[in-house]
Amino acid sequence: MRPITFALASLALASSVAAERGSDGHVSIIYWQAPSILNPYLSGGTKDIESSSLILEPLARHDEMGNLVPWLAAEIPTVKNGGVAADLTSITWKLRDDILWSDGSPLTAEDVVFTADYCMNPDGGCAQLADFDNIVAVDALDGSTVRITFDGPKPYPYAALVGATTPILQKNQFENCVGAKAPECTAENFGPIGTGPFRVTDFRPNDVISLEANPNYRDPTKPAFATVTFKGGGDAASAARAVLETGEFDYAWNLQLAPDVLANMEAAGKGAVVSAFGTLVERLMVNLTDPDPDLGDMRSTRDHPHPFLSDIAVRQALSMAIERDLLVEIGYGKAGQPTCNVVPAPAVFASSANDGCLVQDIEAAKKLLDDAGWAMGADGVRAKDGVRLSILYQTSTNAVRQDFQALIKQWWAEIGVETELRNLSASVFFGGDPGSPDTYQKFYADIEMYANNFEGADPEAYLGNWRCGLDPRPDTQWQGPNVPRYCSEAYDALLSEMSQTGDIDERARLGKAMNDMLMQDFVMIPLVHRGRVSAHADSLGGVKLNTWDSELWNVADWHRVK
Amino acid sequence: MLQYTIRRTLFAIPTLLLISLVIFLLLDLAPGDPTAQLPLTIPPDVKEKIRVSLGLGEPIHIRYLLWLNQFFVNEPLHILSELTAMDLSGDRQRVISWQTRSPVVDIIVQRLPQTLWVVGLSYVVGVAIALPIGIISAYRQYSWFDQIGTFVSMVGFSVPTFFTGVLLIVVFSVQLNWLPSIYDTTLVVEDWNSFVRQVKQMIMPVMVLALYNAAQISRFMRASMLDNLNQEYVRTARAKGLRERVVILLHVLRNSLIPVVTVIALGIPAVFAGAIITEQVFKVNGLGQLLIISIEATDLPMVQTLTFIFAVLIVAFNLVADILYGILDPRIRYD
Repeated sequence: MRPITFALASLALASSVAAERGSDGHVSIIYWQAPSILNPYLSGGTKDIESSSLILEPLARHDEMGNLVPWLAAEIPTVKNGGVAADLTSITWKLRDDILWSDGSPLTAEDVVFTADYCMNPDGGCAQLADFDNIVAVDALDGSTVRITFDGPKPYPYAALVGATTPILQKNQFENCVGAKAPECTAENFGPIGTGPFRVTDFRPNDVISLEANPNYRDPTKPAFATVTFKGGGDAASAARAVLETGEFDYAWNLQLAPDVLANMEAAGKGAVVSAFGTLVERLMVNLTDPDPDLGDMRSTRDHPHPFLSDIAVRQALSMAIERDLLVEIGYGKAGQPTCNVVPAPAVFASSANDGCLVQDIEAAKKLLDDAGWAMGADGVRAKDGVRLSILYQTSTNAVRQDFQALIKQWWAEIGVETELRNLSASVFFGGDPGSPDTYQKFYADIEMYANNFEGADPEAYLGNWRCGLDPRPDTQWQGPNVPRYCSEAYDALLSEMSQTGDIDERARLGKAMNDMLMQDFVMIPLVHRGRVSAHADSLGGVKLNTWDSELWNVADWHRVK
Repeated sequence: MLQYTIRRTLFAIPTLLLISLVIFLLLDLAPGDPTAQLPLTIPPDVKEKIRVSLGLGEPIHIRYLLWLNQFFVNEPLHILSELTAMDLSGDRQRVISWQTRSPVVDIIVQRLPQTLWVVGLSYVVGVAIALPIGIISAYRQYSWFDQIGTFVSMVGFSVPTFFTGVLLIVVFSVQLNWLPSIYDTTLVVEDWNSFVRQVKQMIMPVMVLALYNAAQISRFMRASMLDNLNQEYVRTARAKGLRERVVILLHVLRNSLIPVVTVIALGIPAVFAGAIITEQVFKVNGLGQLLIISIEATDLPMVQTLTFIFAVLIVAFNLVADILYGILDPRIRYD
């Protein structure tokens, strides 16, 4: 391969001075999970979605800041420009007119309609079906206009056909692969025809993909690379080593490694570690209800408020006692940032009203508890009316989480709160088995810790988790997303307002207000905003790590740094 | 002998059918869900639809009979059509992987070359190292050569390949930068340059596995040589005044090889099973890596087919080993 790419590169240099498609030769990418299929509709796996994003493209996607940008569409439809109906029940996409498939045929509205029907076919087993929720019809109005109609108002209509999970397929290629036939189309699923910067030359499932520049790509100067090798398999450490230490590869994906391991590898000087932040937040959940075993079936239900965590002063003191900088340093390094919000991103939704929590303040926490009447006892534990501040703090079994537990226990001891630690196997804790007393939904503890995030860049559905009535309880088989068992009429009113609002600035204001309400009521105590870490060779330019979409979203702009 | 071979071959058929049933039941009863690896953002009802589209809605005996039909009827017919360029298979359903949604056998065929090259070559190299070490160790028992040989084989046997493999990578790829740490399965050997690159990328995985194989076989060789060296016929040979070379290489070695050949033959199916850990460490992506990621993804058709093929190979090479034993040792008569 190498002599050929050298030949290509020198040929390109000789023929022109300006940047030209394929002039930078070869780029190699390693994902430690190997892609199995190049059709994201038949696999929900990140490895498959991201590898197919080299070839397939959606109508619009999120950039590295979380902003929606048009991709195959000419512009983002909004209520203002008339693309979204005033009653929010339909959205009309207008396609760019300069898009060709890699086989040379033009992209039309028929392809878009076909893609939606392909996924919504009941026999197809489409993994991205949730993105097409509430859609009643997808119609081509003319050769380049598509209208999606919903069964009611849809204030955030940018789920279907937006982002790397739901790209456009070519109707001509997949026409005979609909419904039950979808999985049988091996050739199509392994070599989709796309509009993206590259096309497949060889796909070996669970091993390696070879690609070459798409000769019909819309920008004649892009992509800069003529060929791509996309290797899969192994583990995060060896992928990091191949980029940072041996220099065999140019880009390595998702390197979940201990901060010091990664820093040592980076010190070899061959590449750089990059990180970017989505919406994943490691947080403490506060139980507002009483988990006392004596309550039997009524443990941790809203019938019985918590004996001391229902006092906001206690919840606030617990938050103030924590030094978030130290947690980040120990647990995540470059892959973490201290945060005081449960919606830390995208930028328009990130509130700055709660940033006071970034500074640990033990003395103020003590004073707060003193003022609230929690007097220090002889055993170093505060109490009021016979109720001692003694906390059961549970989380899943994981080295970083156990470090966090130990540190936080120590800080809480300093303000006079006694803590008992408990950790549970992740498969039990997150397992959701209503028969087990140890699930995070049952919450038979006072405080618990885990991480959660939301998909896409709009937090409405996520903020809806903390609506009244969504608390896990016996008559819902302990299902329900409202783990702190929070309930506030003012909060629910803001949610209802958001579900009627299409304007992005107004949505941002409402989102921030709800985040602030949750934070200032201290029903959740955010600790660390966790990010994605990847690495690229020093000679690879143009990488903009994006956690809102495929990491390879801008691969057309990648180039060799001379 | 022929009658014996035929009898054993016929007896293998019910054995293999039983094995396939046991594998199927084990895989089916084991906890696991092909949609478990999907992100939490995919709702439970969508996951249920995916499961149904994979055929999981059918009862277990139907699924087993379907697999038998696919594997024993449709796949052979498909291979025949490929060979004869006639359409014998029509649109008969082949065994389809849940993970890649493509025919399982095609992927296995695609993976076979790298596994045979790397794991097979390591077996050949291992045997080539092990035999002389075993012979000399036994002949010079308790000499410094024997002590070192024993030490090396203990190390080879007890140090896991995930340690030796990573150690070699750190030394030869990271520090010295001589050899690649990631195996390029797309490399086609067409000229001297690509041949050199192929050799370079094979050295480390082959050596790691060869050390492990050699450690085992050299111990067998040594023990077998020691058994024979103390036999009466060796003393007779020496008393007749035969040269030591002839005594060792013609008399002792020949007789000592009989059990070792059996051991080597029994080890050959393991070559096809690949080397799960070493393939992962060097990203060789052969059959071992295929098996482990299929298990992780609960890709039951793939795991079922792979393990069954391994079972066939094990049964077959057991038979081969028994027959070889009969040929090499005329005292053994099966009829």
